[in-house]
Amino acid sequence: MTATPVSLGRRLRGRQNQNLWFWVFVGPFVIGLVVFIYVPIAWSIYLSFFDAYNTVTPTRFVGLGNYADMMRDEAFRSSLSTFVVFAAGIVPTTFALSLLTALLVARTRVMQTFFRSVFFLPTACSYVVAALIWKMSIFAGVPSGMVNAGLALAGHDAIPFLSLTRPPWYWLVIVSARLWLQVGFYMILFLAALQRISPTLYEAAAIDGAGSWQQFRFITLPQLRPTSAAVLLLLLINAFQAFDEFYNILSTFGQYPPYARPPLVYLYYVALGQGQDFGHGSAGAVILTLVIALSALVFNRFVSLRGES
Amino acid sequence: MSERTVIGQLGRRQLLALGGTAAGMGALAACGGNTGRSTSTTSGGTSATSGSSGSSSAGGAKPTLQQWYHQYGEAGTQQAVEGYAKAYPDADVKVTWKPGDYDQTTAASLLTSSGPDVFEYGNGPTIDMIKGGQVADLTGLLGDADSDFNPAVLKRMTYDGKLWAVPQVIDMQILVYRKSMFDKAGVKPPETIDELITAATALTTDKVKGLFLGNDGGVGLMGAPMLFSAGLDYLDETGGFGFDTDSAVAAFGKLREMFTSKYLLQAAPKDWYDASALTSGLTAMQFTGLWTFPSIEKEIQDDYGAIPWPAMPGGKKSVVVGAYGSCVNAKSANVEAAKAFVKWLWVDQTDKQLDFATAYGFHIPARASLVPQAKTLQSGPAKDAAAAAQEFGHAQNSILWTPKCATAFGDMMTNIVKNGADAKAEIAKVKAIAEAEVKRVLG
Repeated sequence: MTATPVSLGRRLRGRQNQNLWFWVFVGPFVIGLVVFIYVPIAWSIYLSFFDAYNTVTPTRFVGLGNYADMMRDEAFRSSLSTFVVFAAGIVPTTFALSLLTALLVARTRVMQTFFRSVFFLPTACSYVVAALIWKMSIFAGVPSGMVNAGLALAGHDAIPFLSLTRPPWYWLVIVSARLWLQVGFYMILFLAALQRISPTLYEAAAIDGAGSWQQFRFITLPQLRPTSAAVLLLLLINAFQAFDEFYNILSTFGQYPPYARPPLVYLYYVALGQGQDFGHGSAGAVILTLVIALSALVFNRFVSLRGES
Repeated sequence: MSERTVIGQLGRRQLLALGGTAAGMGALAACGGNTGRSTSTTSGGTSATSGSSGSSSAGGAKPTLQQWYHQYGEAGTQQAVEGYAKAYPDADVKVTWKPGDYDQTTAASLLTSSGPDVFEYGNGPTIDMIKGGQVADLTGLLGDADSDFNPAVLKRMTYDGKLWAVPQVIDMQILVYRKSMFDKAGVKPPETIDELITAATALTTDKVKGLFLGNDGGVGLMGAPMLFSAGLDYLDETGGFGFDTDSAVAAFGKLREMFTSKYLLQAAPKDWYDASALTSGLTAMQFTGLWTFPSIEKEIQDDYGAIPWPAMPGGKKSVVVGAYGSCVNAKSANVEAAKAFVKWLWVDQTDKQLDFATAYGFHIPARASLVPQAKTLQSGPAKDAAAAAQEFGHAQNSILWTPKCATAFGDMMTNIVKNGADAKAEIAKVKAIAEAEVKRVLG
């Protein structure tokens, strides 16, 4: 270090340069957080009050006009409501499957590490890559697609999974891709929590004559409550933020169909596609953020109430 | 227009992953914002740069220009445009070849000071780019050649009496069919939509479907040709809504009929912009682009023909034409040098234009005087296609038809064709959106 005045410089650096090292390690992340998260959020809110076509330094203030437009926009409303339904379906499904896999893996005595890795591996896969494999290989609409080849063996005609809307086969494609990608991650969270439950509880329960369902219901589930709450919240936010697999599976040449269109995909086409309408796009993003925040709050209240009772 | 890939999403995915909704939304805005905010200072810097380049050009140094292209699917195109750039004497032109979502990347980069100086854009810049002052006025750049350019395409790139892009090459979409399959089934090339349906039904066998309109069943592609074939358009000459008529209801109804039929191929390994569904024998007819003709010829030699999209009652056959237009970024530090380069390449250098149009995939030169010189267009189906473009050509969309209108139109097409929704009600929804958009743009 250079010869700065001893007392002040040293005091700022703290004992053994603790403060200095604190900022060396934390500083880059704080800067990144501010530059890439907080400034954009603030800017986005700012833009949402302006007429901002093809500019991010708008001049025409429109007040709440963009918000009113977005709330009147039938396509945006329908994407929001679709994803409320989607969240209501996918959150419990992912939750149940992750918990089930975690229980199975935790009970396995042979090759536990192997199974744990196998179920966790998809998490490391890129959403885009998985989406393309689902779209172009497994659920390809051509007779040579994997599932269609299986159907052909059973004497069934090929199904154009992504082209038909009645029945909505595209949900099968999207939901299965999403489950494959996500279940492993939440399984690991559950597995970690399961291993923290003291075995003495189960031993005591066994002595009291509790069966395996009772053990699960009265020991495992209550002990998992903090983890369950976190997992549910993460899943909820995740469901509303859906983008990658939807966009890569369903978007066609320059457009995205009006069904199974996540709010983010719709906003992407409004603000970041050919239409560079940042005012309405930002207003939509703020509305979506509020919807997520509100759902999370309501949900959190619900979980904590149950915790107290 | 030609092939684009889906894989360019990684950057945006990471971006969105950064901070979720609002943050993700704003992250891009901020990328633009950092520079957008300093527009005033940049323009100060710009004048400084141009001042310095001006003084250095007195010293003999050449300005550097960035030129962007989307990724063309045909082999050799990239090397060709790099060669053209290298041959330009008055500036150091650097070509960037951008795979992935070209339109989005380019539009976003125009917000910044690091955008390209010269870039191509499908059918010229969007109306909001023009209104937002993002692209330079190119009026007068064509000089005497003005009357030589394809008028439909030129009109599409003109707004408010000013020219905003120079057409590079004309692309067209057309219906191609297997001659041998037609002969075997005893059908003639259809003139009307009803004949097309009859033919498609007759051509369908266990292994071969009659018609292929894309992996979405024609929803994304066929709206425009169907409108044009019914004698309609998105918007009329004055910007009024163009298709709230019974004939439009009938036209979209035909697409619904095709979608629910047994003769429509619903899925192919490659989408409509590749002719492999036709050449591999999955379908007897396919709607595709002129650019696929070299690969069709390679696979099935002369066993194919090309015809315009058939007519609806009260309309006439139609061919959709579009053109990438070369635009100049108004924020460029060297607007004049960029304009000079665009004029050199896309107006003066007719040999390069001819090479670009015909040596890789098949396209039609934008200058009418070059069409007779295009050897690839002098015989067979390519000749028929070029003639059809001349006679039935119709610009892909109107300049006032904004992306928001396009989204509403796409939603309407899905609802009508895939879900069997009431066409009249769906058209009314689009009308409300389109009228508001036209009013916004013109107002």
